Formats: sequence, structure tokens, C-alpha cells
Amino acid sequence: MAALARAFSPLIPTDFMQLLILTAALALLVVFGYASGQRRALAVAGGNPRLLHSLPRYHGHFVALWCGLPALLVITAWLVLEPTLLRLLVTNALPAEMADQPAERLALFYNEIRNVARHGHAATSDVVADAARHYAGLRQTMFMAVGSLALALAMAGVVFARRRVSPDMRARNRVERVVAVFLVASSTVAIFTTIGIVLSLLFETLRFFQFVPVTEFLFGTSWSPQIAMRADQVGSSGAFGAVPLFAGTLLIAGIAMVVAVPLGLLAAVYMAEYAQPRFRSVVKPLLEVLAGIPTVVYGFFAALTVAPFVRDAGAMLGLSVASESALAAGLVMGIMIIPFVSSLSDDVITAVPRSLREGAYGLGATKSETIKQVVLPAALPGIVGSILLAASRAIGETMIVVMAAGLAANLTANPLEAVTTVTTQIVTLLVGDQEFDSPKTLAAFALGLALFVITLGLNAIALSIVNKYREKYD
Amino acid sequence: MTDTAQMAAASSARPAVQIIAARLKRRHAAERRFRRTGLAAVVVSLGFLAILLFTILGNGLSAFSQTYVRLDVTLDAETLGIGDQRSADALASANYQGVVKEALYKRFPSVQGRVEKRELAGLVSSGADTDLRRLLAADPGAVGTTHTLWLVADDNVDMAMKGYISRKPGADGNRLSDRQLGWLAELEAEGAVVKRFNSILFSSGDSREPEQAGLWGAVVGSIYSLAITLLVSFPLGVATAVYLEEFAPKNRWTHLIEVNINNLAAVPSVVFGLLGLAVFLNFFGMPRSAPLVGGLVLALICLPTIIIAGRAALKAVPPSIREAATGLGASRLQVVTDHVLPLAMPGILTGTILGMAHALGETAPLLMIGMVAFIVDIPASPLDPSAVLPVQVYLWADSPERAFVERTSAAIIVLLVFLAVMNLGAIWLRKKFEHRW
Repeated sequence: MAALARAFSPLIPTDFMQLLILTAALALLVVFGYASGQRRALAVAGGNPRLLHSLPRYHGHFVALWCGLPALLVITAWLVLEPTLLRLLVTNALPAEMADQPAERLALFYNEIRNVARHGHAATSDVVADAARHYAGLRQTMFMAVGSLALALAMAGVVFARRRVSPDMRARNRVERVVAVFLVASSTVAIFTTIGIVLSLLFETLRFFQFVPVTEFLFGTSWSPQIAMRADQVGSSGAFGAVPLFAGTLLIAGIAMVVAVPLGLLAAVYMAEYAQPRFRSVVKPLLEVLAGIPTVVYGFFAALTVAPFVRDAGAMLGLSVASESALAAGLVMGIMIIPFVSSLSDDVITAVPRSLREGAYGLGATKSETIKQVVLPAALPGIVGSILLAASRAIGETMIVVMAAGLAANLTANPLEAVTTVTTQIVTLLVGDQEFDSPKTLAAFALGLALFVITLGLNAIALSIVNKYREKYD
Repeated sequence: MTDTAQMAAASSARPAVQIIAARLKRRHAAERRFRRTGLAAVVVSLGFLAILLFTILGNGLSAFSQTYVRLDVTLDAETLGIGDQRSADALASANYQGVVKEALYKRFPSVQGRVEKRELAGLVSSGADTDLRRLLAADPGAVGTTHTLWLVADDNVDMAMKGYISRKPGADGNRLSDRQLGWLAELEAEGAVVKRFNSILFSSGDSREPEQAGLWGAVVGSIYSLAITLLVSFPLGVATAVYLEEFAPKNRWTHLIEVNINNLAAVPSVVFGLLGLAVFLNFFGMPRSAPLVGGLVLALICLPTIIIAGRAALKAVPPSIREAATGLGASRLQVVTDHVLPLAMPGILTGTILGMAHALGETAPLLMIGMVAFIVDIPASPLDPSAVLPVQVYLWADSPERAFVERTSAAIIVLLVFLAVMNLGAIWLRKKFEHRW
């Protein structure tokens, strides 16, 4: 297998190729298991499938499952455990003076060993070269052991399951039970994702609060996360008061809402009440294109076109506008969330029953009066819901503000100045290599938790408003 | 009734009619205004879209061509610094830059002095030697011969040819000196400067030199990431949708799962990036910047989309199908796999494609897991460090060179074309297999 993998190595790295070959071999075995189970079932029934409890294909599935599942479990377990195990074995085999280094130095050193062994970097010393050889050897041996074990298990599974094929065997029920377990397990992934998000954010946030008090984070008005490398440098303390970030986020999201709500709402009213079906069928998808354009494109547009335009326009009026003004980022973000307002509002306006409109017409109201005094009040809960959803989108939006808003944490309500936002800071704090114990990186997780809680709260309120009033007219 | 009474009635009636007529006029005017405001909102929104697309197209289309300069290059062994050696190693590390410079000095023999010579050499890209290296690698016997070659021009020359940099001599702050503009005009007059299709953009990885920077590495990275996303999220999403729609009992647990899925759909994507960083990178020790991790994070992001679309598609299959199959003796799972799923598949696939399109444009979570590294090599496997298309856009947008504005826009055009194709595919699928029961 190694030779085969090496033959492809100019194109694809050997370790990945080996895994591919192992998977392919396993897949072949599974297919073979399926076919042999099916044939075996027909054979024990003397060629008459009616004598079987389950259709031959279920016997095939049964054998294939016995073949594939145990082997897959072994490989998955190995993939998860491999890094930890290798690290343990390699660091234990290091010369004593190396192994006694502090933990961070050892981690860096281990990283170097891994880079030499896996990516062919040049070794800086003999110790590294030896350790890298040890690493590569161990890895190869372990892979061979696990690969052989997996394939042996697969073959044993085929043999074992084939033996059990008989006319009375309830192959279908067994297969269906496995499928049912898979279905239930899949549906819990969503829950595990949420738990994962909450736990990882909470864990790192708690570590952050060991460095910085909660009250300073929530109520402090000064944000400068740069921490000096050496303790004796000036201004090295770092300040983690997040109020300027929350204010900046609200300012930009507020500008976005000022753009998006009137435009989106009026567009929704026009599309729902006035537009001809043909106009609607063309324009509605076009409006939704605005929501489908990647946000990095909006960010580029904001930084390249809108920000200079806003600055020049301000200069013509005699105003001094920062080149990364909140106004530019907010405007572009507003354009992006127009469809979030318009689509949902359109749906709720269309859902207002005809009878209400006809009642208003019967009393002599014009169409616009009907809309303003009957339809919109009736659709109000849904519209409020859509606006809240759009607001949560605006608050969580990242790329536009990363590319078009500033980095300086100004506490200001002036849209012409540069402000920074929660998401911008998360990205800035985490891009690039950082050690994971400084308050600087941990602050990003605290900000992430704040963002998560705020957007979740907004969504919960929006959904409860929509749900509470949805069936009023049904 | 007396005359006076009649007259009083008539005199009071007329103003009433007039008042009503005037008010009606006002009301109708208000009606027209309202209608026009609505139309204006639609037009303004679409106008923004048009401006956005026009800006990108206007900036980016020129990146699909690239300026080349024709030179007579002599592959002199001495200039190459290889002496008598002809081994592959010697040829690979030879001084191709020097050969290109010599060719330029020969073309403009009047150029003297170091500053002028450096300016002259600046006409041609510092990466123009790749063609020469390839030529010699294929035929080592070519040392000493002279070839007429089209070499990639420097990004400033390219910008000048495309009209982004003024070609008027003496302009302030021009990236090209007056001398360079003069040489360029001379070369152009004899037809030694042309613009051709920019194949570099579609065949190479990232580079610090705009004229050598390509998208291919990012495209491959995107393909790897999306493949992982699809492999993970499609089976999980369909299985969840099937479970919730066809098997799950209506109880607290199921309700919890449903609420969870709806909430996940609204979580900002950057938070998923934090999850990926904390769990996949720090806890499981997966490689940084790798499409594998990117794909996994994107899979979690588009899982809710697929589940919600899948449930809608399953719900749209009428119960009569299920009842008929059950009546013929199918088990519950057989009803689903043999009857309901095939009928719901177009809807599920449409939702999946839309989810994938969303994942393709996602940037922020990938920045969190380190996909912002400067990577020149084309990734060979999902475990290699790599960029993806939107991240490449972000990286290039940050570069100060004028030529990268053009490249960034071109990258956006490529990204939008991919998105358009995926969305049109989804629409086509929906139109073709749409059932009205």
C-alpha cells in the first residue's frame, strides 16, 4: 500500500493518499459483502426469494453493515486519537533535557518536529531530525496496524454475517434498526452543535474573566486589546471595556436599519399590493439576489466605492468624514438586508385575508388608505418580526464591517466618524497566530458569547411575536 | 317646501360636493404618491444591485487580459551562471532574471547607469522567468540559442496599458517614470506589446506580484471545502429531516431539536468560526487553514438550511402515497426510502444546492480557522493549507497595489459566476421536477 501511495505522491501527499486507498479498499469490501450476502440469501433459499423472511437485498445490507461499521468505527477512533497518541509517544522518547522544557516551549518544539516529519521542512538540529524520523516511523507503523485491523475486522464481519444468513433471519428488521439509530443520531447533531457553541464560548469566556473582571468588560468604556510582549513596556496593560464596541455595532446596525426598513417595507407593500404578477415574478428574485451576494463582495464594494464616495460627498458639504466612516459600512449593510425585510414582510402582507381589504374598499377607502389603515396594522406583528430578524442579521454581519469599518474603538454617535464593531474585533483578535492563553484571544470568545446571546435573544423575540399573532385571522 | 328652503339646500349642497370632490382629488393624489413611493423603493433597491454589479464588472473585466512584452532572449550560459553544467538542478537554479535583463539592455542599448537599468528591468514582471525555466527544462540543448518570447509585463505596465495609470509624462505620483513610459511607447510602436487572455489568473496560486497572482489555488480549495461540506451535511441533513418529519414522536425532545435547528439557522456565521477554532483546531488538533476543517464548519452552517428545506419537501409529499405503500405491506422505512424520499428528492436537492451556494460565499468563519494565510501552492489534498474564493477576495482587497483592485473584482466575478450557476441549477431542478399534487 505504501508503494502504491508513493507512486502518487508527486500529486497527492502520501498520508492522505494512504487514507484514500484504505477507504477505497474498505468500500470495495463493503460492496463485495453486499453482493455476497445477497447471493448467499438466494442460495440458502434455493433460488426462491419467497422462502426468505427478508428480501435478498436486506441480507446484502446486513452483511455490508457488519463489514463496514466496525472497521469505520476503528478508523474514526484512530483519526481522533492519533494526534494525542503520537504527541505522547514522541515527547516521551525525547532526550531528558528536551522533555523538561516548559509546556509552551515543548509545544513549539513538537510543532517543529511535526512540520519536519509531515511537510518536509528542514530540521534545525539533530534532535529534531531524530524525533521527526521517530514520529514518521511511529505514524507509519500505527497507520499500518490500524489499517490492517480495520480490513481484518471488515473481512471477519463478512464471514460472520454470511454465516448467519438463513431463510428465517430477520435481516430487514435488523437493518432497519441500524438505520433508525442513524436517523436519531443525526437529529442530535443540531443539539450537539448548540451545546458545542455554548460550551466552547462559555469555557473560554470564563478563562477570560479570570484576567479581566466581568464589570470592566461589560461597563468599561475603553478598548485597546494590544498587550505588550514585555512587562516593562509602556501602556502594556490593555483595556477590555466593550462598551465602545457595542455602541459601534448599534450605530452601524442602526444606520443599516434606517436604510433597509423604509426601502424594504415600501418595496414589500408595492410588490404585494400593486405589482402585476409578471413584474413581481421578475423583480422578487432580483431583490433576493441582494441577499445571495457574498458579504465579502459587499465589503469590497463598501471599501472601494461607497466609503470614498461618502468621504468626497462630505468634503463637498464641508464636513470631515473619516475614510472608514460608520455611514459607509452602515449604508452597504442596509442594502444587503433589504431583502430580509422585504421578503418576510411581503409574505405577511400577502397573508392578510382578502375579507379585511374588501371591507375597507366597501367603506370607500382607496387602496393606499386600505393598506395604511387596515393591511399594515393587521400585518404589524409579522413586520416587526421581520425587522428584528434583519436587525439580528445586521448585528452578526462580519465581512462588511471588517473591510469597511475602522479598528479604533471610538465611543461616538457621529456616523461620520470611524467606529469598530464586535464582529470586527473578533476577527482582528483571532486572525494570525496567537498563543491561546492571552486575554487578547480569549476576549474574542467573550465577544462571541455576547454576540451569540444578543442575536439569539432577538431571534427568540422575533419568532415569538410572529408565532403569537400568526393565526389571528385564520 | 319653500323656495328659500330649496335655495338653502342647493347652496349648501354645492360646497359639499365641491368639498368631497376636492378631498377625493387629494385622496387620489395621495394614492398615486404612495404607489409611486413604493415603486421608487423597488427601483432604488434594484439600482443598488445594478451599481454594485456595474462597479465589479467595470473594475474586473479588464483583469481577464494581461499585457505581454516581446523580447529576443539569448539563453547565454554565462549570464545564466551555469557554465558547462546542464543538469536539471543547475538549470532550475540558473539566473533567468539576468537573461531577461540582458535582453532588455540589448533592446535599449542607450540605457546606462544603475537607476535607469533598474527602471528598464522594471518593465517586465519579476516572475517572467518561469517560461524560460520551462523552456530549458524541456530542452537543455537550447542554452546559447536566441528565442523571441512574449514575457509577462510588470503590473504597472499592465495598468498603464489598460488606462488605469496615466501615460502622460510628468504626471505626479505616477508609478511609472517618464523614461519607462518612453520605452513602453517605443515597444508599443513596433508591436512588441500586446494584451492577451490572462491564463495566469486561472492556472496559478496566490502571489505577491499582482501579474503573477492566480485564482486556481482558491478555486481548488473551495472545491475541496464544498466537497467535504456536501459529504457531511447532506446525509446528516436528510437523515434529520426524515427523522423529524416521518418518525419522530411529537414530544418535548423533538420540540427541543426543532427549536435548536431554527436557532442555529440564525446564529451569526462568525460564531461557527469560533466553534471551529475551539473544537476542531484546539480540541481535536486538526490542521490549521485546511479545507477539511473549513468544510466541517461550513457543513454545520448549512445543516439547518438543508434540514428545513428537506422537511418542507417531505411535507409536500401527500399522505396518500404513504398510505398506499403501507397498504401494500411496506415497512415504515420502506415507505420512506422507496416512495417518499424519491418524490421529495428534487426539493431536497434544491435546498442543498442553495445551502452549498451560501457556504461557497461564506468568509468570516474561515478567517477564524486560519484560512487567511498567504499560500502560493495549489492544495493537493483537503489537509493542505489553502485559501478559498471569498477569502482570496478578502486577501486581495487588502493589498495596496492598483492591479489587485482589478484582480479582486475578477475574483468576485468568478465567485458570482459560480453562485449564479448553482442558483440557476437549483431553479431548473425546481421547475423540472415540481409536482403539484
